[in-house]
Amino acid sequence: MTAGLTPSQTVGPYLGIGLPWADGSFVVPPGTAGAVRIAGQVLDGQGAPLPDAVVETWQADPDGRFDHPDDPRGAAKPAVAGFRGFGRSLTDGEGRYEIVTLRPGALPTPDGGTEAPHLDVSVLARGMLDRVVTRIYFPDETEANAADPVLTSIADPARRATLIAAAGPDGELRFDIRLQGEGETVFFDV
Amino acid sequence: MTVSNQSVASGALVLPRYESAAGVHPPLDSPDYRSSALRHPKQPLVPLPQRLTEITGPLFGAERVGAHDADLTAGHPGGEPIGERIIVSGRVLDSDGRPVPDALIEVWQANAAGRYHHVVDAHPAPLDPNFTGGGRCVTDSLGRYRFVTIKPGPYPWGNHYNAWRPAHIHFSLFGRAFTQRLVTQMFFPGDPLFPLDPIFNSIPDEAARQRLISEFDIENTVPDWAMAYEWDIVLRGRTATVFETEEHQ
Repeated sequence: MTAGLTPSQTVGPYLGIGLPWADGSFVVPPGTAGAVRIAGQVLDGQGAPLPDAVVETWQADPDGRFDHPDDPRGAAKPAVAGFRGFGRSLTDGEGRYEIVTLRPGALPTPDGGTEAPHLDVSVLARGMLDRVVTRIYFPDETEANAADPVLTSIADPARRATLIAAAGPDGELRFDIRLQGEGETVFFDV
Repeated sequence: MTVSNQSVASGALVLPRYESAAGVHPPLDSPDYRSSALRHPKQPLVPLPQRLTEITGPLFGAERVGAHDADLTAGHPGGEPIGERIIVSGRVLDSDGRPVPDALIEVWQANAAGRYHHVVDAHPAPLDPNFTGGGRCVTDSLGRYRFVTIKPGPYPWGNHYNAWRPAHIHFSLFGRAFTQRLVTQMFFPGDPLFPLDPIFNSIPDEAARQRLISEFDIENTVPDWAMAYEWDIVLRGRTATVFETEEHQ
């Protein structure tokens, strides 16, 4: 118990008034060379899509750097113009979200290891009193994923697999978020 | 802060660490809030060590805020909205008391009649053509924020028989790191609906619950114009970095 923190409350059903950004899905501007589209559905415990959720992503740039003063390697201006690191997509009537971004670089860890390329993800929705946090990893990073300290901390291969996007047509990636039940996505306590 | 300098000097990747929020936030599985039933994970959360992605985050500032975004009563060609004009202001702080500057805040709320300007809201109360109910602002160098709006009304919802939400304003904050992201609701003092609201009461700790209630703020009222409420928001702060530095050296 920490004294003084402000508790979380649900975004409720009317998040569409306060949270949409016209460019929310675009972590990089439309048409950026090498951009990848990551899309999927947010699903409840009965497999029903959530039409009132928001998916947010945060990630390093393609060089594995952050434009942020707390990165002890120093804040790095993104190598690609308009790269924002952050994506936000409110789900549509079928629970679908999408993010257009560049693949992040791998990251060093304080103990000398390496984290595989990943996006941190927050999911908020009506019916959720706090956000849930997950990660998106890339399906063709087999070696890096096998050495990733977060993925390897999850013993069950089926659970681990919920964090790895599926390759789709045209280089698109599919990442569904199952909040509960069969195939429940791994969520983190951060 | 000298966190970055220390880490460069020692050659090690020394990261700040944000304190736990354990026991503060409501459980995702809160049966009295019926919509949570199918929307909470059944599997235990997996611990995620705070590394580079977690201790950084988007730093949005003034570029995300338009001229009238901090005044929800402005910007409608038909004039001002109906309702009690209020000023809502306060500070965004770390739990160690440091202000969180240049941080984007997004808000949304119902109108004075308790109706949201949203297609999903079927409450048979009037919409106000002069009130959309969304706003944004950025904290200043001392972590202060300020909105002008109208006091939202309470409204019925379908959670249980004769359920009413206490009047509230939704707040969304980024802070300075992924770990600090927070979406919450601000309430008004003395609301008789507090004991009856399963969302407010989903917060297990009574003292934490009270921290969502703003205070009447006579100092910031504007005579002959607007009432005022004050509400400070406290985000997860950093734990002492000295210990971690020594550990790595």
